[in-house]
Amino acid sequence: MTDPVLHLDNIVKTFPGVRALDGVSFSVMPGEVHALMGENGAGKSTLMKVLGGIYQPDGGTIHVGKEQVTMAGPLEAKAKGIVFIHQELSLAEELSVAENIYLGELPRKSFGRVDWRKLTEQTNTILKKLNVGFDATTRVGDLSIANQQMVEIARALTVDAKAVIFDEPTASLTDAEKVVLFDVISDLQKEGVGIIYISHRMEEIFKITDRISILRDGQYQGTVNTSETSEEAVTQMMIGRKLDLSRMETHHELGDVALEVRGLSCGKLYQDISFEIRRGEVVGFYGLVGAGRTEIAETLFGLRDPSAGQILLDGEEVRITSPNDAIARGISLVPEDRKGQGLVLGMNCRDNMTLPQVQDLTSGPFVAEGAEVAIFDQYRDRLDIRTPGWKQLVGNLSGGNQQKIVIGKWLSMHPSVLIVDEPTRGIDVGSKSEIHKLLRELAAQGYAVMVISSEMPEVLHVADRIVAMYSGRIMRTFTSEEVTEDSLIQAISGLSGHEAA
Amino acid sequence: MARLTKQQIGTVLAKQGILIAFAVFMVAFTLANPKFISVDNLFSVVRSSAILGVMALGVTFVVISGNLDLSVGSMMSFSTIVVLDLHDQIGPALAIPAMFAMTLCLGAFIGFLVGYLRLNSLIVTLGMLSAIHGLTLTYSGGQNMDIADKEGTWFSIFGQGSALSIPVPILIFVALAAFLGIVLAKTPFGRKVYAVGGNSTAATFSGIRRARTVFTCYLISAFCVATAGLIQASRSLGSQNTVGQGLELEVLAAVILGGASLLGGSGTIFKTVIGVLILGFIQNGLLLIGLQFYVQFVVTWVIIILAVWLDIAAKRGKLLSSIA
Ligand SMILES: Nc1ncnc2c1ncn2[C@@H]1O[C@H](COP(=O)(O)OP(=O)(O)OP(=O)(O)O)[C@@H](O)[C@H]1O
Ligand SMILES: [Mg+2]
Repeated sequence: MTDPVLHLDNIVKTFPGVRALDGVSFSVMPGEVHALMGENGAGKSTLMKVLGGIYQPDGGTIHVGKEQVTMAGPLEAKAKGIVFIHQELSLAEELSVAENIYLGELPRKSFGRVDWRKLTEQTNTILKKLNVGFDATTRVGDLSIANQQMVEIARALTVDAKAVIFDEPTASLTDAEKVVLFDVISDLQKEGVGIIYISHRMEEIFKITDRISILRDGQYQGTVNTSETSEEAVTQMMIGRKLDLSRMETHHELGDVALEVRGLSCGKLYQDISFEIRRGEVVGFYGLVGAGRTEIAETLFGLRDPSAGQILLDGEEVRITSPNDAIARGISLVPEDRKGQGLVLGMNCRDNMTLPQVQDLTSGPFVAEGAEVAIFDQYRDRLDIRTPGWKQLVGNLSGGNQQKIVIGKWLSMHPSVLIVDEPTRGIDVGSKSEIHKLLRELAAQGYAVMVISSEMPEVLHVADRIVAMYSGRIMRTFTSEEVTEDSLIQAISGLSGHEAA
Repeated sequence: MARLTKQQIGTVLAKQGILIAFAVFMVAFTLANPKFISVDNLFSVVRSSAILGVMALGVTFVVISGNLDLSVGSMMSFSTIVVLDLHDQIGPALAIPAMFAMTLCLGAFIGFLVGYLRLNSLIVTLGMLSAIHGLTLTYSGGQNMDIADKEGTWFSIFGQGSALSIPVPILIFVALAAFLGIVLAKTPFGRKVYAVGGNSTAATFSGIRRARTVFTCYLISAFCVATAGLIQASRSLGSQNTVGQGLELEVLAAVILGGASLLGGSGTIFKTVIGVLILGFIQNGLLLIGLQFYVQFVVTWVIIILAVWLDIAAKRGKLLSSIA
């Protein structure tokens, strides 16, 4: 048996009030794709940050090859051949691809002039390896998110990588873009690089990985060969119980139309959008990224002015001028970007959750802190949010737990129209099905729910009707009985029947 | 676990650095001049810090909301001159509300530019620093302003009076600090200030009106400035046009020293009060060990740099940047 390229032994890392890693051991073989799985807050990102030199462990050892190392910082980790591809991109949009890849180490000629020819050549060699459709001189800002991710990866290839870490790389990629990413991973694999792959998406894990290691509450649960296990078995190891994944066929009476949109347009973003959502109904909006779904949601929430069309709430035409206005009319929006739009990272969990209603949660002139804590506790239990307490800053929570805070924040508003945009991005399987169940229950209680999602299983799972969108237009509306995966895929790629209902 | 890593020491130093440095200062000053720690001296530090302190309370709101206010020094000169002038023309009972109204108008104007027009607060308030100075000179015709009958006016109680043998300026400072501290920590408005400063997009998505919140912060700042101007005018009963010159930096130093981040979203009134006291003690200590008062201008600068550095160091958990 060959030696691992990387071996972590008995790693311990604590934060105030949290034992994030409790004696975790983990190793990666050359040429394998090794998945790291676990619930939100299990410690996956923390483990990788220890490996990447971003956090110093409180105990344990790291070996790269046969040599024991301490990672003093990200640069040192990179020099040792450990490359970390973060979920958040860190590129300079105004610079070219080549400049971004070699930033800080541009090849030089005499008098410190940049050797542009050499730079372009070197870059193109790397890009050819990655098999991408752009070249060294393209401006990074002009690339799609997936291609920007490719640039990040190309950056990684300028060093002699021994191991590459991907932390939830596909969270914002479209299906087509994922295919490209997977090709790159398999090329790296052929060169004998060890890959660590973090994701909550089971279908990906089973498609591309060789082995799966599982963490639970900071503890190592074991490693299994992907070919010898099943989704259920992995889930059981992750959450310690079985998961009920059947579709919830709770049929309840639909009420009146809560939200109706007629001929809504907004410049080039979307045109002639008409639909209605009744009380008790969950309507899914499915389409590719850029189909205009988020923009519709933002219009309904008062963040954009429509150029034409009408919005009716409970049958009455309204003009929604600001989020404040939308909230007052009983609309809630769980936005797509939790860090940018959903949370104040430097604020504690409780204050984030009650932010939209803080004006009303008062006793006398003061904020009623007891009531706030009660709301927080209720949704912490409901959504299984892992945090040492409400005082923890949201920025210190794991990615998935942050998302749950955003969801709790808007559910606690008890809206009559609830719009959720990519609600389960970065959320683990267990909580995901919990959130789906919650959405169904809310509908049963008479909420009108609009679910925007790029995950087909998600819309198929929760929606009563599915609206398929393609490039700013509604292509077709399906009921949950008639929808099939194929017809849905056709509709969102702009292939099928045009002016359907 | 018993052995602290280098990183942990760095974090502790960065987080508590100000307090550590302060303790070292206090010990050194006391050794140099034992009078430093006497009750009389402590009292006099608090009294002389009151004007600066009152202004720092308002600026705390502005800084937490993610903005700056560099106009408070010249605005304080304006308030002082105006209230002294009006004192003799319409009497103190009308002069005080009139001065407050005029100062609040200036605050409202800045709040409109920064809040509703979304202009950069550094540029706006730096411009206002000189514009208000011009306004003050125009108002006074460049003359010093003096009250005619200095003995016979009750106006002097704000700066010179005392109740229960505590000087009135201290009482005003403490009362205002308590009131604004509660507003910031306990009311919905205070919560909104933190949200807007922490992430204004997320605040907007939560239905908070950013513009209105920022506007109100500048009104609060102007109110504090007017109060400081009142104390100043009442203490001296006469003033130059430049009485508040340079205070904007000292105020900012006190606020940052207290731990409010220039990026917005963090800080408290209590910490600002601590910052004000630290600054006051350091300046007083420098005088007591025999340095000229103008040395404090340099020292103030050093303190600002130190405070900003430690703020950033605490965020990245290291004293030095790893990417030079
Ligand atoms: N800087 C920090 N300060 C305090 N606690 C932290 C910090 N970073 C992480 N934690 C805590 O450590 C635990 C592990 O977090 P981590 O981000 O590693 O989870 P994860 O497995 O990546 O989860 P997710 O799937 O949600 O991304 C969590 O309980 C989190 O709250
Ligand atoms: Mg994570």
